[in-house]
Amino acid sequence: MNIAIRSLLEVQETSLLVARAARRLFRRPSYINEMIAQMDVIGVGSLTIIILTGFFTGGVLTLQTFPTLKYYGAQDQTGYLVALSLVRELGPVLTALMVTGRVGSAISAELGSMVVSQQIDAMRALGTDPVRKLVAPRLVALFITLPLLTVAADVVGIIGGGTVATVLYGQTSGTFLSSVRYGITFDDMIGGIIKPLVFALLIGSISCYKGLSTDGGTVGVGRSTTSAVVTSSIVVIIADFFLAKALQVILDMPGT
Amino acid sequence: MASTDIEVSNPPEAQAADNRVSAAAAESTFAAENDSERAIPAIEFRDVHLSFDDRKVLNGLSFKVAKGETKIILGGSGGGKSTVIKLVLGLLKPDSGRILVNGEDITDYTEAEMMRVRKNFGMVFQEGALFDSLSVYENVAYRLHEQGIPEDEVEQEVRRMLRFVNLEDAIDKMPAELSGGMRRRVGIARALVGGPTIVMFDEPTAGLDPPTARTICELAIKLRDLEDVSSIFVTHEMNNVEYLSREFAAVNDAGEVIFEQEGERLCLINTKVIMMKEGHIIFSGTDEMLKRAEDPYIHRFLRGH
Repeated sequence: MNIAIRSLLEVQETSLLVARAARRLFRRPSYINEMIAQMDVIGVGSLTIIILTGFFTGGVLTLQTFPTLKYYGAQDQTGYLVALSLVRELGPVLTALMVTGRVGSAISAELGSMVVSQQIDAMRALGTDPVRKLVAPRLVALFITLPLLTVAADVVGIIGGGTVATVLYGQTSGTFLSSVRYGITFDDMIGGIIKPLVFALLIGSISCYKGLSTDGGTVGVGRSTTSAVVTSSIVVIIADFFLAKALQVILDMPGT
Repeated sequence: MASTDIEVSNPPEAQAADNRVSAAAAESTFAAENDSERAIPAIEFRDVHLSFDDRKVLNGLSFKVAKGETKIILGGSGGGKSTVIKLVLGLLKPDSGRILVNGEDITDYTEAEMMRVRKNFGMVFQEGALFDSLSVYENVAYRLHEQGIPEDEVEQEVRRMLRFVNLEDAIDKMPAELSGGMRRRVGIARALVGGPTIVMFDEPTAGLDPPTARTICELAIKLRDLEDVSSIFVTHEMNNVEYLSREFAAVNDAGEVIFEQEGERLCLINTKVIMMKEGHIIFSGTDEMLKRAEDPYIHRFLRGH
């Protein structure tokens, strides 16, 4: 099988997995507790790294752009630039990449280990559908927590940018905040929420699929974990481009 | 087996006569119990073929497991033994042929329909396949929790099952704290919750020390003789065959379970052996017949050279 056919097959299998998970989501018994547990692991568990990366990303954005803006005499636009970059692009993408590294790898390693130790077979033999018990709760948890994490990253990133602007460059916080408020529109925020929803679906489905299709023992678990992280990261970045374009058209954003 | 002790050779006509005798014996047993349901095999394979990519795993496999019978499937690694169990459970689907469970053709069942059929099954996996994230109690209770049974009933049943495998003390432990043998016994307890009528063992004694392996075999014997469970017992260890086809479990006057060798009392041990090689059956019969079989592969298998 050549690479193109294999990739197409994987896309098909991953989509079918998501469709199955979605169909089974509302059937009884519902795994609400499982979903809440996963939201805790995925959402609350990722909050620290998201806050850290968000803060320093916002900070470095100010650090790098302030001097350039100052050269053109536009340093009071720093907040505008930082907020816009964060809300539109860096917030969703960075959060998605961090969650891929932390959660996507964990999902695929956990499911992969369950496959090689026959726990998935055991689950099926005991009359439980692994898609409903394992895949659906993880997808739902990602779907709910990734946008929330993204918002957290955006807010903390703006605080980081503001901190650098006021502490290192002596800008007043009032100037920074007013340019932030001037900079971001409601449409930007909507776009900033739609993106993580799509990313959540991509990361969740790829990681679950890679985990469940593990073969070849412990080496296979390593392979599928690597593959889940690499594939999810690439797909997130590619999807970001097309989403950005689509959102420009749909929300009628300026094309620059 | 006691019924074959009188047999001295294994020509086809003698085998046919033996079959007639056991058929007659079976008929009289069924007539006495007046239970025509028992005549339907618990599991039946009809000319089952299965390939993975271009490797043929099963090549026209046909056999039956009668109600209450233990069928030992022997064979070397990669001979398709575990695949048979996966097919019965519907974890795999055959390329062609039919698979029947209690007379019901499950070959074309969807996953949802299989979920219903699987309620009849208990499955003991090679390494136990316990859920690492759940305690022993939660592992054994898994099926009952999924069915939403009230917790006090669940606890009663879990304790009963753990007593059956002699592991009630380990109830609060996590799988990682258990030894290999204990993990498998918990796996057996988990498989038996809900009272399955068919239990499948996938190399349950592989890699265990002899006393622990013996304990596992005793559990299988207890299931066969005291609980009337049909089972498939996949193994490649000859001492398992020895235990399962030479010993039986009974309850003595004090109410304790005891194991006796055949011959001490008249008994009819309900265990048959089939031997697989390269996806088809090269031998089917009792352990006595297996020992007398002339196939060079079986010779090598029994003696190791």
